[in-house]
Amino acid sequence: MIIVMIMRSRAEVMLDDFLWRAALAGVAVALASGPLGCFVVWRRMAYFGDATAHAAILGVALSLGFSISVFIGVLLAALAMAFLILSLSGRMFAIDTLLGVVSHGALALGLVAVTFIPGVRVDLAAYLFGDILAVGRLDLLIIGAGCLAILVVLWFRWERLLLFTLNADLAAARGVDTRRENMILTIMLAVLVAVAIKILGALLITAMLIIPAAAARPISRTPELMAGIAVAAGVAAVAAGLSGSFYWDMPTGPSIVTAATLLFVVASLFTLSRTKVLR
Amino acid sequence: MSLIQAQGLGVRTGGKQILRDVDLSVRKREIVTVVGPNGSGKTTLLRALIGAQTPSEGVVIREAGLRVGYVPQRLAIDQAMPLTVARWLALSGIKNSQQHLQIAEQVGISGLLKQQMSSLSGGEFQRALLAEALLMRPDLLVLDEPTQGLDQPGMASFYNLIEGVREDLDCAVLMVSHDLHVVMRSSDHVICLNGHVCCQGTPTLVSNAPEYQALFGFDTEGALALYRHEHDHRHDHAQQGGSDAG
Repeated sequence: MIIVMIMRSRAEVMLDDFLWRAALAGVAVALASGPLGCFVVWRRMAYFGDATAHAAILGVALSLGFSISVFIGVLLAALAMAFLILSLSGRMFAIDTLLGVVSHGALALGLVAVTFIPGVRVDLAAYLFGDILAVGRLDLLIIGAGCLAILVVLWFRWERLLLFTLNADLAAARGVDTRRENMILTIMLAVLVAVAIKILGALLITAMLIIPAAAARPISRTPELMAGIAVAAGVAAVAAGLSGSFYWDMPTGPSIVTAATLLFVVASLFTLSRTKVLR
Repeated sequence: MSLIQAQGLGVRTGGKQILRDVDLSVRKREIVTVVGPNGSGKTTLLRALIGAQTPSEGVVIREAGLRVGYVPQRLAIDQAMPLTVARWLALSGIKNSQQHLQIAEQVGISGLLKQQMSSLSGGEFQRALLAEALLMRPDLLVLDEPTQGLDQPGMASFYNLIEGVREDLDCAVLMVSHDLHVVMRSSDHVICLNGHVCCQGTPTLVSNAPEYQALFGFDTEGALALYRHEHDHRHDHAQQGGSDAG
């Protein structure tokens, strides 16, 4: 009991510090984006993720226009975009063309819409590149809840999602409802976009999904190991990015992504050198 | 008693009728093979039977509690996902490594459990797929062109393996195949498909049917000759399980 109280009071103090709030928010996003990003890589959904994230700017415009929470607005816009793509794919255009149109279309429309909102001067850079140091207590709570929800869903559906990713028919033969799994994956992606936009911004969310997973790939032997290493890489990138931002006043989102990219390069070089030695 | 049965099965996707009016049944211990030209709906038929495709007409009736082991045509395993053979086998839901080893020995990949799936050769890969399907001890094994991309000896040994497995597990086999002569050798029942069932019956019956000859042309001559040749030499094997066919 006493320990709990001490811990709570310590936590209270910690949360007063914007840097701790930023760190916790960043770690939460890294925890969720590691395993989720693996699915994005395995299922080749990188552009799909991009389009969903770009729609977030449209969501920002909507939430400011209708005075609703940015999280809600972004979540709705990301979901709408995701399901629009799912329903349009396979008709008329190749999927990359379709994604190119809706992704940039949504981004541009969002940027235009924001300028029409009366009375509000929006710091667009914060939504494009993220502003992790401005994460408030409520933000942290929402980010934590969103990421926890993603992790819980992934934990319980892991085998099913893996099977579905490897072969949809095989999953169906085992009684997995493949349309539902696809929908769940899509919703998780939209939730991550909604909670991560404050930290990374619409332009860099996909980076946090793909780069840690890609860095983990060459040094992993199983899907679980890849997800775990992706989480570690993500957390390391957040720590490095925050430090860079704190000490050298670098923009936080880009610093985090830069750190993740460095990890990716190191992991790839390491693997390359090892395979050469083996040969 | 049928393990699985289709009645008046029809599948329509994107405004195109892919299958219509398909009746078929697979009985215990039976090897049923579906042959047909490209685009004749073979894979669609299997997908409808395993529940991956909702039929637009007709019904699929499965025996209660039927365990289906499915070996898909291909897996989307590439460089993106790290997956050892052992981890792949665990996806069957059976995590017991003793059982993994046992099944791996049975299909001849016991030395490869720690290897990446993407590093396997075509034949080894197909065996790994089969092993995963066998782990749950299926009543019905469904194989979609299991020897695609294998050379002639690879095919022969893979089909031998399937026959051995069937004896061991006492399961029925439903497969799609392009390898007509193998089909003729080892099937109890052949279904010739081209959007609908052109003809079906014992291998000899089907290969003599004008519908089948119209679809496969002179190729059937070679297949038939091979069948008869094999039949002469492996009389006992070829007759096994044939009693409940047709």
